[in-house]
Amino acid sequence: MRKNIITATFNAKSGHPGGSLSAADILSYLYFEEMNVDSKAPHDENRDRFVLSKGHAAPALYSVLALKGYIPAKDLKTLRHIDSYLQGHPDMKHTPGVDMSTGSLGQGISAAVGMALSAKVQNKSFRIYAMLGDGELQEGQVWEASMFAGSHGLDNLTVVVDNNNLQIDGTVREICSPYPIGEKFRAFNFHVINIDAHDFDQIRAAFKEAKSSKGKPTAIIAKSIKGKGVSFMENAVGWHGKAPNEEQYKQAMQELEKNGEVSA
Amino acid sequence: MTTVKTATRESYGNALVELYKKHDDIIVMDADLAAATKTGIFKKAYPERHIDCGIAEANMMGMAAGISTTGLVPFVSTFAMFAAGRAFEQVRNSIGYPHLNVKIGATHAGISVGEDGATHQCNEDIALMRTIPGMVIINPSDDIEARAAVTAAYDHDGPVYMRFGRLAIPVINDRADYKFELGKGVTLREGTDATIIATGLCTGASLEAAEKMAQRGLDVGVINIHTIKPIDKEIIVKAAEKTKKIITVEEHSVIGGLGGAVCEVLSENCPSTVLRIGVNDCFGHSGPATALLHEFGLDAEGIDNKVSSFLK
Repeated sequence: MRKNIITATFNAKSGHPGGSLSAADILSYLYFEEMNVDSKAPHDENRDRFVLSKGHAAPALYSVLALKGYIPAKDLKTLRHIDSYLQGHPDMKHTPGVDMSTGSLGQGISAAVGMALSAKVQNKSFRIYAMLGDGELQEGQVWEASMFAGSHGLDNLTVVVDNNNLQIDGTVREICSPYPIGEKFRAFNFHVINIDAHDFDQIRAAFKEAKSSKGKPTAIIAKSIKGKGVSFMENAVGWHGKAPNEEQYKQAMQELEKNGEVSA
Repeated sequence: MTTVKTATRESYGNALVELYKKHDDIIVMDADLAAATKTGIFKKAYPERHIDCGIAEANMMGMAAGISTTGLVPFVSTFAMFAAGRAFEQVRNSIGYPHLNVKIGATHAGISVGEDGATHQCNEDIALMRTIPGMVIINPSDDIEARAAVTAAYDHDGPVYMRFGRLAIPVINDRADYKFELGKGVTLREGTDATIIATGLCTGASLEAAEKMAQRGLDVGVINIHTIKPIDKEIIVKAAEKTKKIITVEEHSVIGGLGGAVCEVLSENCPSTVLRIGVNDCFGHSGPATALLHEFGLDAEGIDNKVSSFLK
């Protein structure tokens, strides 16, 4: 999956590798173990939904969609190209498997809350998953949405905060600190779980706990490493919205190869 | 013209109740203004299908987008100021860009909001919504048209912005052959000296003004443009070819609304002299709605005066 992200952003000559790599493990867990989805029926009305509220991690979403068979893996190389359907930010109208068009921060979580409410209104059992960035928490709309979800006890909603601690201009702490994140969601009537975003045992346990939590939505605060898996990208603020050059691409792919990463 | 007066926001609330009887896939949303937007009428009838999102319009628009992807048709309601203004980017990116089937019922449009004053008098919503690709904009002229607009909005697949008013206005469309066709202008009065192209509550006032002018020998036609986008180019161009002089009348800024839309059509297809009557690039203020409409020259007397001097 990480190789797909690197390949896609390398070929796009732009994009967001850092925040895609930090989100990669949770996305692959969601699509391969957690969610009730079928790439052959991307519009099944009873499917679980995933909303990438941090839409700039589109390379991660496209990579997992390719691994799941929603889109051909060869298309990943067309990311952000002028004739490609793989837009810089997810486009639900042209990419099978994308449940909501996102990219403007703070908006995806509202759509996810709407989907969760709709499931309740229609007595349907599908679940909704949304992933937010930690910098995204600075958007006021996130808290409007959280207030609604918490006050309506939408326990079919799980929000994941990809807490890689970095945003474009610096660390989230120095720009405008969202900490303490867990306490904030708890105050909005969420069930809160803290995990290591790159530990599959913790990821698995957290989503299991979220599913069994009744009467409250769940927020999983996932402590992650921006650029995870590529040594020179890890925890480096400069890799938010920059693509690797040829040399960096080769090094990144070698490192990921060594770690046993598979690509689609 | 009958003397029964109804605010189009009232028509909206009533029409939603009727719509749900036929289409149980609708869901009505509001942002703590149900008593004012009149979705409270629907809430009373079908409380389980009315969602009050609280005072958080940006989130409400996003939620409506999400809901629309799950097989329901949301009618999302608040004042025009907050629907088109505050939540513009949510409407653009979460609803417009994915072309989702969300219907926006925006009430309290224009200066006829009255006493609440400039912060709540939205004279910019048509201009804002018109720039969103694929957005349909309906600005009905009375109770009959407002009810028809709600059904038409439901029948249309894609986002629709409906503009309703707070002020009770006379019924002008009580004709046996009345039929609402999305995107089709309606000739209410034929004329040879000039044509008034009006929308919303200014339509009735424009008709009244035309009748007054007729008594003085000025033969002015009136066209009702209830659908501002997509606009009926044909009826506008035909009117300009026939009468040469065109006047637009709207309770909206003269920038970017009906006046702007008509000028765009005519400058490309039939260059004509156009007088735009509306809010002249200024803010409103508090006062009774009818007094404000008079002050801004948007009642029959004001329209009569402006059109008469334009035609001199």
